[in-house]
Amino acid sequence: MDNNELKKHALNIRRNIVTMVYNAQSGHPGGSLGCADILTYLYFEEMNITKDNVAGKNRDKFVLSKGHCSPALYAVLHEAGLMDEDLNSFRQIDSKLQGHPNMNYVDGVDMSTGSLGQGISCGVGMAIANKLDKNDNRVYVLCGDGESEEGIVWEALMAACHYKLDNLCVIFDLNHLQIDGDVEDVVGPLPLFDKAKAFNANTIECDGHDFDSIRKAFATARQTKGVPTVIVANTTKGKGVSFMENNYAWHGAAPKEEEYKIAMEDLKEVD
Amino acid sequence: MAQETRNAYGEKIAELIQKDENIVVLDADLTKSTKTIEAKKVCPERHFNAGIAECNMMGMAAGLAASGKTVFASSFAVFATGRAFEIIRNSICYPKLNVKVCATHAGLAVGEDGASHQSVEDVAIMRVLPNMKVFVPCDQYETKAVIEYVAKLNGPCYVRLGRGKVEDVYNEDTVFDLTKADVLRKGNGDVVLFAMGLMVQEALKAAEELDATVINVSSIKPLDEETILKELKAHKRAYTCEEHSIIGGLYSAIAEAKAKTDITVPITPIGVNDTFGESGKMKDVLKKYGLTAEHILEVVKG
Ligand SMILES: Cc1ncc(C[n+]2csc(CCOP(=O)(O)OP(=O)(O)O)c2C)c(N)n1
Ligand SMILES: [Mg+2]
Repeated sequence: MDNNELKKHALNIRRNIVTMVYNAQSGHPGGSLGCADILTYLYFEEMNITKDNVAGKNRDKFVLSKGHCSPALYAVLHEAGLMDEDLNSFRQIDSKLQGHPNMNYVDGVDMSTGSLGQGISCGVGMAIANKLDKNDNRVYVLCGDGESEEGIVWEALMAACHYKLDNLCVIFDLNHLQIDGDVEDVVGPLPLFDKAKAFNANTIECDGHDFDSIRKAFATARQTKGVPTVIVANTTKGKGVSFMENNYAWHGAAPKEEEYKIAMEDLKEVD
Repeated sequence: MAQETRNAYGEKIAELIQKDENIVVLDADLTKSTKTIEAKKVCPERHFNAGIAECNMMGMAAGLAASGKTVFASSFAVFATGRAFEIIRNSICYPKLNVKVCATHAGLAVGEDGASHQSVEDVAIMRVLPNMKVFVPCDQYETKAVIEYVAKLNGPCYVRLGRGKVEDVYNEDTVFDLTKADVLRKGNGDVVLFAMGLMVQEALKAAEELDATVINVSSIKPLDEETILKELKAHKRAYTCEEHSIIGGLYSAIAEAKAKTDITVPITPIGVNDTFGESGKMKDVLKKYGLTAEHILEVVKG
């Protein structure tokens, strides 16, 4: 798929992210918008997931370790035609689209997440299972930079390197923001690249909004044998919506009507 | 008026940190949600953000307390008590250190975030720990009283706070005795409702029609067995009302106290029936899981 087509999908995904949070008047738009391009690439290019195998186990898996960004996951599953749930039911009572993803409710959701840090450990377990089952399926995990403050993230990476899980690819969404502000002001988890390298992971940096850069990073990861890959993706929290970009106030806030209109205007067409 | 108990916590902790130089407040990237930001505003030098690292926060709290500080540590109830459980057990409760775990966003009232964030087991897992005291205030006034009270107690305490607005039960002039279960309403001697947290308001509403006795049990541990058993004996039927699992919380605490006696009054639990919650607006979730006055009426009337 060429970059222009990917961009169109990413734009639809962003529009749906904002609309879901607006309708629910609840949810996390900032981090969801920021990872929309990475998720687009994963579901449209990288992973061997299709309508036919989405309900099965014999395919690549994706763990949204930063589970609060569920709008991005639901929107990409919807955009790829992998999920039938009504996006408007997001965060409402009786909906399958829980505030944080539930793997028993939606076929395309590969792990229940929401408590930060745990998804990467689950990814390590899945990658070990693939090795035991001698299949070539890959496991992708998306972690927040704030999330990297949880010790379990590094416990998981230690195990991933120790067990030489080259079928595991962890992506750090480096948007520099968490709830209380800039990650460096809160407690200082950076530099993630050097830390991952020190753990002996194959470590790659990429521009999380540039499909060429994303493509190259995942291709390198796929070719790397004997060690897991960590991709540090530079992203902009709130990407695409002018007033949300790089503003931590939009981590977990829903737009009001006027703001929603501006957002939809900002996301009108591929730039 | 209606107010969030977490707001009352924020106000009180801001007041206490200014008055008492020995107080240190910790948070884990949720300062605006837990309201410890109010303490940070007035005393930034004694407010520390551990980042998204609840286990480390509790370890830091233990160390600060071992060095003589009075520590308030806050996060959402799920993460504070669940994620960091074993740190609280071994580094705070075992050495009996002066840490006040004040957790917000407890129970199903969290609403939209869903089951991953809705703690319905925190009272159970805090109550089981030796040396830990457990408090569940029901409104803003009781919250302020509890925070002031635990600040003076020496040793580990758990305070369960909520995210959503709850109606006032008390007022500014109320004088609290937090060692006692509080008989809020005297009924006709038929039904007694024991309640904690936001279920106190629901029990009071249901009590009008039932002419039931309502007792606010805000100190779950230590439990005021004297008042509770006396009231239990004086009624024909008892119900416990809690926005918490019926396993390990208020129902368990009262049933355990009763089991040691020869009282035969039956106790029926009203609470979260061994299930996870789900996303939805606070009132929708509370309704679906039977945490309303209407549901109390249904159960009591049979
Ligand atoms: C264990 C745990 N602690 C706290 C939270 C509350 N929380 C939700 S999102 C968030 C900040 C996440 O920041 P980051 O990982 O950088 O995500 P992003 O910027 O990509 O949205 C926090 C503290 C949580 N979900 N899980
Ligand atoms: Mg971030």
